[in-house]
Amino acid sequence: MLYIKCPYCGLRAQKEFSYGGDATVKRPNINEEVSSEDWDNFVYMRKSPRGKHIELWQHIAGCRQWIKVQRDTATHEIFQTAKVTEEIR
Amino acid sequence: MQKYSVFSLIKNAFSNHQNWEVAWKDPTPKSEYDVVIIGGGGHGLATAYYLAKEHNIRNVAIIEKGWIGGGNVGRNTTIIRSNFMYDANARFNEFGMDLWRNLSQELNFNVMFSPRGIINLAHSDAQMNAYARRGNSMRLNGIDAKLLNRDEVKKLIPMADFSDEVRFPIFGGLMQPSAGTARHDAVAWGYARQADDMGVDIIQHCEVTGFDVVNGKIKGIRTSRGDIKAKKVGICVAGSTNILAEKLNMTLPIETHVLQACVSEPVKPLLDGVVTFGAGHFYISQSDKGEMVMGGDLDGYNSYAQRGNLPTIQHVLTGGLALFPFLSRLKMLRTWGGIMDMSMDGSPIIDKTHIEGLYLNCGWCYGGFKSTPVSGWTFAHTIAQDQVHELNSELRLNRFSTGHLLDEKGLGTKTWIG
Repeated sequence: MLYIKCPYCGLRAQKEFSYGGDATVKRPNINEEVSSEDWDNFVYMRKSPRGKHIELWQHIAGCRQWIKVQRDTATHEIFQTAKVTEEIR
Repeated sequence: MQKYSVFSLIKNAFSNHQNWEVAWKDPTPKSEYDVVIIGGGGHGLATAYYLAKEHNIRNVAIIEKGWIGGGNVGRNTTIIRSNFMYDANARFNEFGMDLWRNLSQELNFNVMFSPRGIINLAHSDAQMNAYARRGNSMRLNGIDAKLLNRDEVKKLIPMADFSDEVRFPIFGGLMQPSAGTARHDAVAWGYARQADDMGVDIIQHCEVTGFDVVNGKIKGIRTSRGDIKAKKVGICVAGSTNILAEKLNMTLPIETHVLQACVSEPVKPLLDGVVTFGAGHFYISQSDKGEMVMGGDLDGYNSYAQRGNLPTIQHVLTGGLALFPFLSRLKMLRTWGGIMDMSMDGSPIIDKTHIEGLYLNCGWCYGGFKSTPVSGWTFAHTIAQDQVHELNSELRLNRFSTGHLLDEKGLGTKTWIG
């Protein structure tokens, strides 16, 4: 079981969260011309690194906020969590 | 090569089975090969075998970081099927079924292919309609499909919960009678033994650390056991695809996730085919040893761990209990995990790349084992001829940018989350 520290609610079990994927992927700006390549990169292409990964989780059975989690994809160790508006470095 | 038969078995019994030939050698890597296949799993070994057999390319090396057959070919739930709706997937896998049917004879190794049938259960009228459509598509492609009503399902799996109280009553199901199971390790070992016999070097405990690419053309690979020159390189590493792609500065439409499976203690034979629950993600079959072999959802987050967490196993088995209440009285023997190269539309990629001489075989999601022979067969063709075969002509890397997705379940990207 993973334990994730929600920045709003504190340490909670994995079962309260759902996963939202890579948090570093940026949606192309709205109301601007988007090239096919940029759109493909946004929709389909993922780095999926082995090691540290910044990702989105939603505290779906809690405060329902989206949060950022920095986690190791090989060991599942969680290093840092933050509000979705905050940066993880 | 020593032929395996009942006579060789009797002959070797006299020497207490101490004098069997080794099934494959342990060579030191040569400095140059015509083709290097990275990844000594089922698909990599099959690719090397068909390169030698179908295309007479025998100066081939398989480079494996661990040991052959230690990844997903040894971790899957051994299900073989071709019950796909889309033409590209159906034709590809039905060609594979033909290879399976003859595989034990061809490899002189009993892979225990057992066409015992698969039933996908339906739990609503809408699901029955969807299965009727899929079954018709399958039959148009020459694949056997049978739509079963509730009573027909009850005859085949009377131990399922057919009571009135269930949350998801069984309405019927779609059956592919020719689907089945095989002994997964034997598939890896059978291909390895024949490939080795035809001159393929199987190099284990050798990690690929980099690639030599000059002017957009592959020249060789760098490994933990020295540099190896190669005219062509095929990547066949399933869950580790993104790690190698990073070394090539490539980004792929793939995320790596962990999938768990489990087996119960062995019990007397009670389930002769494969059954999938239609109201949750759960599938089950019974091994020849009597264990109930079960699997279901991914853990759901990116992972290279080859092990998962308990909540997912609990979730999957909750679905299992809803379908087969008798499971509650069985002890679980073990659980394990494998890492899946989840493509963004749920279908595989077997293609050339933008680098000349570099070929990619990945994106198998949960379903790589069933396609082991046909994956090797088409990948060998793609490498040898430097062009895709008709069978993998739609399993291209560029289908994501052109919009020709093969989203078999119609769920869009990230099918594992939807």
